[in-house]
Amino acid sequence: MLHTVNKSPLDRNALESCIKHVVQGSAVLLIEDGVYGAMQGTQKSPMVESAMKEVSFYVIGPDLKARGIDESRVIDGIDIIDYNGFVDLVEEYDKTQSWL
Amino acid sequence: MSKRFLYVNRKAPYGTIYALESLEVVLIGAAFEQDVSLAFLDDGVFQLTRGQQTDELGVKNFSPTYKALGDYDVNKIYVERESLEARGLTLDDLLPLTYEDEDDDWAEKDSIKLVSAAELAEIMEAQDVVLSF
Repeated sequence: MLHTVNKSPLDRNALESCIKHVVQGSAVLLIEDGVYGAMQGTQKSPMVESAMKEVSFYVIGPDLKARGIDESRVIDGIDIIDYNGFVDLVEEYDKTQSWL
Repeated sequence: MSKRFLYVNRKAPYGTIYALESLEVVLIGAAFEQDVSLAFLDDGVFQLTRGQQTDELGVKNFSPTYKALGDYDVNKIYVERESLEARGLTLDDLLPLTYEDEDDDWAEKDSIKLVSAAELAEIMEAQDVVLSF
């Protein structure tokens, strides 16, 4: 399953709850304010780094750029994709769950 | 008589309309010559990050507008240290916001003041009006 998260993990618990409910082989895509979850060195990055052992993480590049987050500050191992990549992920996984 | 107004900003830009709305209210309010301060805490500190580029999203990048605040005599911009640290940010990640001090031969000074949560609590207490975004 593909999970999308569009809330900042420093403001809401959407990402935390998502991570608690993912199974191995799933993917988590960070979009909109969810991209703050892809940043290195935040209070929440250890939670993401640990979850990355089980599931693949993706983040939308244009959403990072809008918020002034340089790609060099994204946690190593998170794939930076564009909107076409978003479409590819939706196609690749049988279903999608949005953590709003 | 001028009153002390504090605008409290706690939301990231772009994900919701709060940041842009706050900035617009601040600019409108600035025309009324009140004593205005801005506070940025929690995800609000993300509003002031450098290097925002929104062209691929098709929304307006309003971050350059913060640099105009100094020209409207809005030069008390308080950023909470704990909020920056929780997000792995430092002052160098934020826009350089300055104003010209008319009482000091128009010397260019920093508008951003880094404060602790405890200091910010005192600043909040000292206001006549607090507006939250």
